[in-house]
Amino acid sequence: MKVKSPLEIYRYLPQTNCGECGYDTCMSFAAQIIERTVKPTDCPPLVKEAEKNPKVKKKLEELIEITSPEVKEVIIGKGDNAVKIGGEDVLHRHELTFFNPTALFYDVWDTLDDKEIDERCSKVVEYRKFYVGEFLTLDGIAVRCTSNDPKRFREVVKRVAGYGKPMILVSLNPECMRAALEEVAEERPLIYAATEDNWKEFLELALEFKVPVVVRSKDLNKLKSLAVTFKEAGVEDIVLDPVTEPIGEGLRGTFERVIQLRRTAILGEDKDVAYPIMVTPIAAWALEADDVSKAYWETVIASLFIVKYGDVMILHCLEPYAIMPIVTLRYNIYTDPRTPVQVEPGLREINNPSPDDPVFITTNFALTYYTVESDLTSGNIKGWLLVLDTEGLGVEVSVAGGQFTAAKVKDLIKETKIEEKVNHRYLIIPGLAARLQGAIEDETGWKVLVGPMDSGRIKGWLEQNWPPKEK
Amino acid sequence: MAEKFTLEEFFNLLKKYNVEELEGVRIEGDLEIEIEPGAAVDPNTINALLALTQYVNLIQEFGNFLYHANMALTYLQRLSQAFGIQLPVAAPQVQVPEVKPTVEVPKIKLPEKLKEAKFEPYKVEYPGKIEEVTLGATRSEGGTREITITVGGERSLAFYTFDAEMPHMPVIAIDVFDRRPMLAKAVREHYEDVLDDPAEWARKAVREFGADLVTLHLISTDPLLEDRPASEAAKTVEEVLQAVKVPLIIGGSGNKEKDPEVLEKAAEVAEGERVMLASATLDMDWERIGNAAKKYGHVVLSWTQMDINNQKTLNRYLLKRVGIPRDSLIMDPTTAALGYGLDYAFTNMERIRISGLRGDQDLNFPISSGTTNAWGAREAWMKDSPIEEDTPWGPRELRGPIWEIVTGLTLALAGVDIFMMMHPGAVAVLKEIMNTLAGKIAEKADENAWISMEG
Repeated sequence: MKVKSPLEIYRYLPQTNCGECGYDTCMSFAAQIIERTVKPTDCPPLVKEAEKNPKVKKKLEELIEITSPEVKEVIIGKGDNAVKIGGEDVLHRHELTFFNPTALFYDVWDTLDDKEIDERCSKVVEYRKFYVGEFLTLDGIAVRCTSNDPKRFREVVKRVAGYGKPMILVSLNPECMRAALEEVAEERPLIYAATEDNWKEFLELALEFKVPVVVRSKDLNKLKSLAVTFKEAGVEDIVLDPVTEPIGEGLRGTFERVIQLRRTAILGEDKDVAYPIMVTPIAAWALEADDVSKAYWETVIASLFIVKYGDVMILHCLEPYAIMPIVTLRYNIYTDPRTPVQVEPGLREINNPSPDDPVFITTNFALTYYTVESDLTSGNIKGWLLVLDTEGLGVEVSVAGGQFTAAKVKDLIKETKIEEKVNHRYLIIPGLAARLQGAIEDETGWKVLVGPMDSGRIKGWLEQNWPPKEK
Repeated sequence: MAEKFTLEEFFNLLKKYNVEELEGVRIEGDLEIEIEPGAAVDPNTINALLALTQYVNLIQEFGNFLYHANMALTYLQRLSQAFGIQLPVAAPQVQVPEVKPTVEVPKIKLPEKLKEAKFEPYKVEYPGKIEEVTLGATRSEGGTREITITVGGERSLAFYTFDAEMPHMPVIAIDVFDRRPMLAKAVREHYEDVLDDPAEWARKAVREFGADLVTLHLISTDPLLEDRPASEAAKTVEEVLQAVKVPLIIGGSGNKEKDPEVLEKAAEVAEGERVMLASATLDMDWERIGNAAKKYGHVVLSWTQMDINNQKTLNRYLLKRVGIPRDSLIMDPTTAALGYGLDYAFTNMERIRISGLRGDQDLNFPISSGTTNAWGAREAWMKDSPIEEDTPWGPRELRGPIWEIVTGLTLALAGVDIFMMMHPGAVAVLKEIMNTLAGKIAEKADENAWISMEG
């Protein structure tokens, strides 16, 4: 966004400190706008007043304008499943955060038979990977027209729409695209792609069906020219595809084009290229190689552009070994670095434990906590889990850094009144905290057992070590 | 004005000028325009009707002037120009084209051609430069290495060759241990035959797996393991120096009390070889390790736990208090695996690199990454997900290497100069992508084929 200081925003606000927005003062609300945790329209008095007073309305519009993200935000799909792309403000996540995670679309093509199409669609819809307390999923389906037959494309697009996921329609043939849009334009698919050759027809389609459109060219002058032409003709939702070349000098060029586009949009303030960027790692599948090599290379291209500015991607390989690193990396890169990922410290009861069940301890780093918690829960282990406030650090780092100490363990035992809940005094500590064994025993008077290095092995470990042999 | 102009006469007149009946539109006696039910009404029709309204006004005038037909035509044309409306009068030759096009204004106005535009890439230049550090020394330089390796020297973000030339490629060191370590199955199977022989292990890493250099971890010195004396461990250093001709990195066991002694001894036996001692940390005797590096002409690895300020502090200690030369320091800001804190590791390294490029003299050193840490992620080695609701994870022998590759690639983009890795497949793929980004691979391939490929 253009403004950098809350003061610049403050002058647009009512300055009454009414608190209706949930913040004590208009100044702190202004600071939240800078952080992009709230929007100008989250100020109720401002919105109300704008409805009555055209002067205030103009002020509000100005405020929205100066606080809008550097890169245009585009929505693909509709309703609960819609996915937002773009809307970015910075080049490096530590400067603020990245906002809309790279949207991942996996492909089907219309020369597959219906059964195969259903299989691929189901894989996309059903994919899930547990991570930090939630399930990572895929965003949508890209339907490629390989039949070059409008009727077949329309039929398949209709079939895929039935899965309720956002869609990208892929065909350079305007007739095929028109047929598909007549069927599913309502679902707000992204259409791929307008090129130097077909741009007129695609422009007409984008305007007529009011759908977001990808403009595609390797030549950045041409790409910009397409974007400007579309914008001036009245298309708002544009996505830029600087063309993903899958290997060698071509891939290096792709890397350069993507970075130049985003850097020029944000630092160069060139609004004509300030749109989300499309990357197509699927291009790796047109190479001559075995499937694993192609899957690996596709994953490499995807990873490269998850780190560097890819806002939406079309991918091919639905093997979990290829998907998993991609969805994990996306989560990592798009995690807000401003808020440490931590959970409430305290005591968690896992699977209704009895007083005889074991007591574990872990840190409040979200990743550690959820990993341990889910391992215990899904392993049907009954137990008491103490969550230590390590300021959001993991076991290894907090033991080394002094956030995981015997004294803090003692306090936690006291605060949670765990001694009243169990009839033993055995504490199982993480394998990575082994060196604290003696200190915790001295400090708390509990007997400390060193658990496995990975909580995934707790089940097996318990079979050997619980109940404890010596009483 | 004397003559009465009837509607009938008007239509006759229109016919005379080849004007056809207006579809769906009726002109009433009072010259109001109505739209027939069922006629297509879209915004374009409304626009067309607006034009017609003008037309109607003209018709009224037209009627008034009918008795001077020629005059009327002239008048129509004049008005037509004034209003900018298309009228059924094209030329003075009393040739009236159809009215129909007036109603069917094209639905969407499309530009005739693309609007010209010039993309001007925004230029970024940094004032600073990353220090160049050379590992290894040849005979003429007082060592016995056949090759040396120089890293650093960057003036731009990693692989931004369009901003500044990349003077040196990042390099990959393969880990070698002086006793059997815990290894994931997918890694172990590549080293099964050399696990008990560090010299052979190093040789295999270089010859078969293309390691640019080798990291020898003296973990047997750990008091909790064999507690091998430093002088014993130093013998392994000599063996490995004999076995390979690439530069060496020497690591301890991570034991804070023992490492300084172990690394000091290793530095002594490797005198002149310009190895990298891994590592000095804030919570051990960094001074002793630093002094050993200085005394025997080695490079020191300054290792901190994902904290840019601690990294600054330790670097300053080593530079200022120990007096390590600026061309003899490399940083390890800590590598966390994909899914296990990679976001912190990435951002920490990226910040360090940007600070260095912006001119921070405490941070403009090459970066090293213990990428092998990727194998700590359960996704890399566990047989399958312990979470029931998860989609099955797929074969782990394919999951592990890609986990190491993606961890490495992400950090390569943050600015890593030296990777310490293990899986030969991961080493090969990471090299390939780095060579690609650096512009060292000329190949190209069809970028459009995927759009219509069947499969």
